[in-house]
Amino acid sequence: MDQSNQQKVGQISGAEIIMRCLHEEKVKFVFGYPGGAVLHIYDALFKQKDFKHILVRHEQAAVHAADAFSRATGEVGVALVTSGPGATNAVTGIATAYMDSIPMVVISGQVPTAAIGMDAFQEVDMVGVTRPCVKHNFLIKDVRDIAMTMKKAFYIAASGRPGPVVVDIPKDITAEFAEYNYPKSVEMRSYTPVIKGHSGQIKKAVKILLDAKRPMIYSGGGLVLGDASNELVKLARTLGYPVTNTLMGLGGYPATDKQNLGMLGMHGTYEANNAMQECDVLLAVGARFDDRVIGNPEHFLSVPRTIIHIDVDPSSISKRVKVDVPIVGHVQSVLSEMNELLASESKKPDASALKSWWARIDDWRTKKSLSYDDSSTSIIKPQYVIEKLWEVTKGDAYVTSDVGQHQMWAAQYYKFDKPRRWINSGGLGTMGVGLPYAMGCQLADPKAQVACVTGEGSIQMNIQELSTCKQFHLPIKVILLNNRYLGMVRQWQEFFYENRYSESYMDSLPDFVKLAESYGHVGMDIEKPADVEGALKEAFAMKDRFVFMNFLTDQKENVFPMIPNGKGLSEMILGSDPNKDDAANEIEG
Amino acid sequence: MKHIISLLMENEAGALSRVAGLFSARGYNIESLTVAPTEDATLSRMTIVTSGSDDVIEQIIKQLNKLVDVVKVLDLNDGRHIERELMLVKVKATGALRDEMKRISDIFRGRIIDVADGSYTIELTGSGSKLDAFLEALDKTVILETVRTGASGIGRGDRILKV
Repeated sequence: MDQSNQQKVGQISGAEIIMRCLHEEKVKFVFGYPGGAVLHIYDALFKQKDFKHILVRHEQAAVHAADAFSRATGEVGVALVTSGPGATNAVTGIATAYMDSIPMVVISGQVPTAAIGMDAFQEVDMVGVTRPCVKHNFLIKDVRDIAMTMKKAFYIAASGRPGPVVVDIPKDITAEFAEYNYPKSVEMRSYTPVIKGHSGQIKKAVKILLDAKRPMIYSGGGLVLGDASNELVKLARTLGYPVTNTLMGLGGYPATDKQNLGMLGMHGTYEANNAMQECDVLLAVGARFDDRVIGNPEHFLSVPRTIIHIDVDPSSISKRVKVDVPIVGHVQSVLSEMNELLASESKKPDASALKSWWARIDDWRTKKSLSYDDSSTSIIKPQYVIEKLWEVTKGDAYVTSDVGQHQMWAAQYYKFDKPRRWINSGGLGTMGVGLPYAMGCQLADPKAQVACVTGEGSIQMNIQELSTCKQFHLPIKVILLNNRYLGMVRQWQEFFYENRYSESYMDSLPDFVKLAESYGHVGMDIEKPADVEGALKEAFAMKDRFVFMNFLTDQKENVFPMIPNGKGLSEMILGSDPNKDDAANEIEG
Repeated sequence: MKHIISLLMENEAGALSRVAGLFSARGYNIESLTVAPTEDATLSRMTIVTSGSDDVIEQIIKQLNKLVDVVKVLDLNDGRHIERELMLVKVKATGALRDEMKRISDIFRGRIIDVADGSYTIELTGSGSKLDAFLEALDKTVILETVRTGASGIGRGDRILKV
């Protein structure tokens, strides 16, 4: 180690090596916050021009913003935090990305090697803390290992089922010197992700699909992450089969396409959930049958159907629901192969069976499960705000959301026609992601319209980022659906806890307009339905300004349809049901 | 059902904690876990004895394979295999017990590896159930201390787990 302390010809510091690695990986933005253990790294960062550093106001936001940058672009997001509290603040962001399989590299500083384990100032065992919520993590103990470790980190993050990778680097290592050689490629005997699916299984799947009487295609976040939208559209149009997207999969298949039945799941449409339950052949693409999607697995499995499941991660297959035809592979590769087989296939889908299947679906559609009472001229319905947002932005905005009722309304009423436009925390359900997610999207696509749909609870969980938005002139539009309640908590308390609204009322809210203005942003209060559209147009016309729109919305509005926890897909409560509140009350949460 | 899972993993710091952490995070049982380097110093071999339904075991194997440090995983119960475990038992050996302990040890093909005034230490290898049977054959009051290594397993014949 003493040799490394003296710089020799051809050697550069560990901190400089990190900069070079980021350059090699064509990183455009690093989201971060400096501190003691990363001072050498920040000094090297000061001297480089390859990427831009985005200084956030809290490390959690750095990770969320890097995560959103990745969701919007498909590139690996990068965050940089210091040791101890900087590292632990990043953990929520890392877990959020892990649950949604987002490729990220998070570099955390660590106390000097000799201090590790001594309960040093700002020391935390970052590799231990993050182990359950990363795809992999590394603690670098030798300056000569930095380049190879960084290469592996980017490779692991982006390949296979993507995910966040933490690289923990002690301070002394960043000051030592070594020669720099960035490996061109990396091979790991213990890590060899599958790309191509088993061709026999793919043939079998195509045959089953063509024999289907009541087919259904169900696609999730994996389709978006695998950039396989075009392949799915081609497949679905060739076959003429109905498609539903999960919350994470929205935009994977165009929402305005007539074959799209809308989102499925706990707050999915009547037609999507019923078709999912009643189908005889189900093609699942990059989706994982989770509890918010199929509800009670026993209820789901009470109807016989043949399930084909394409996923890059073998452990996602037959985890909650046993499948008949598992296909492990990259969704894009597998769907392309299926399309090729279909093109050369003389057999066509059973037209008459398909016709009667679509007739049933159209019958379900007549329920208009997303209808809501919009007759009031004095109270703004949150659904109406989202519908107008979709119109005003011509369906082309990046929409980020936080977590709760507003998230479900955004998912239900904004019709996403493109993948990577709907940015939300589906798996972990992290309140506070909305604003930093919007930052990541706006930086990824500076000219694009970016809307952060949020609630007054969630927005306050990372409200400090208003300052970051000011510093970097991010013209985000915050769409705050302000109902003065933690709406989803209130909804469950109304349904399952006899209206005991325990701690779900948001008292002492700030004046959001003044708050926004204090950061130099534009603030708007919107209180009447008649003003919604005009205000949205006005806000989005301000292309270079951050606008904080505080919509005072109906305090009592609930999200429908709803499948109560533990119930099955066909056991929905609809908003049009006159006894909906009683129906919900009868069901044990 | 009880399963013996063998795996090869990179001999890296923290690799063991990833496996142990996986089992606790996902609520899988571990009856025993043994690990040591192999003849190839870059690889460690681990034997995990666990139990669960076929679905659970399938998930365990998949989740183990998903760990970046894990090179290969084999469920030994998928074929014929041998399981061995080492146990050291310190027993009371006073008066009449001195002969009796020797006799029981011999029946189980144990070896007395330490002799003291009031005690013997018996070394015993075999399958887990054989070691259990030995302990059951002893009067509980004579057992002073036991230590077991947990099972190591290997496939029979041509079944080889190697990189």
